[in-house]
Amino acid sequence: MGAGTNLGRVRGLGSAKHGAEHWLKQRTTAIGNFALFSWLIMALVRLPDYSFETMHTWLSSPWAAIPMILLVISVFQHFRMGLQVFIEDYVHDEGLKFAAIVALNFYTIGLGATAVFAIAKIAFAATGAAPNV
Amino acid sequence: MAQNSARPLSPHIGIWKWGAAMAVSILHRATGTALATAGMLGLVWWLLAVAAGKPSYVIFQDWAGWWPGKVVMIGLTWAFFQHLCSGIRHFIMDVGAGFELKTNRTSAFIVFSVAVTLTTLLWTYLLVMKG
Repeated sequence: MGAGTNLGRVRGLGSAKHGAEHWLKQRTTAIGNFALFSWLIMALVRLPDYSFETMHTWLSSPWAAIPMILLVISVFQHFRMGLQVFIEDYVHDEGLKFAAIVALNFYTIGLGATAVFAIAKIAFAATGAAPNV
Repeated sequence: MAQNSARPLSPHIGIWKWGAAMAVSILHRATGTALATAGMLGLVWWLLAVAAGKPSYVIFQDWAGWWPGKVVMIGLTWAFFQHLCSGIRHFIMDVGAGFELKTNRTSAFIVFSVAVTLTTLLWTYLLVMKG
């Protein structure tokens, strides 16, 4: 061990040259998930019913749409990092490992963008009345 | 990387007697994977159905209200609470606490019982109050 502080030692070190960034982000998003899922469960429990009209009106409010988008961002980042570690631990073939991590990133970003689009569509389409498509 | 697949592996999984801490650990990964796949596909289906309009939402509701749909949702709810509780246990262990054998085992049992309790409470409420 060389001289310097603990923080100085961990910064920029490790084989990926990212130090503790991955580990720390996993924890940061975990706290985000806890706060946002607590909100979502309380909000869903408090809804009077789960009809289309109730759901659409609720999700079109910024007070629901914004935390919902934040939830998708936090949760998707969290599971992308979690599944990455899962793949790194259990897929031993280097080529398969690379392919699996590429697929994981495409899945996360593709599904995440779809989710954010759906929330935005609900929020921006609504001006009081739900569309009767 | 060239690897000789005939090299012996240490018997790292097969030789241990199962304990609560081992079960919590592997369930953290299993529930996380289930939530990331089935859970998130379900969440996005729900959001897309609301965005697409009433006919799509009614299809979603039919699937979610059918008994296998409810079983899947109850299962995912348990997976969520199990992952949440063992995540909190991870945070405690991250600060270096709870590694003594007895404490570690007790906290693993607390994770199991709190997850089952929260799942039961939430779904009893949902099924009794909302049908």
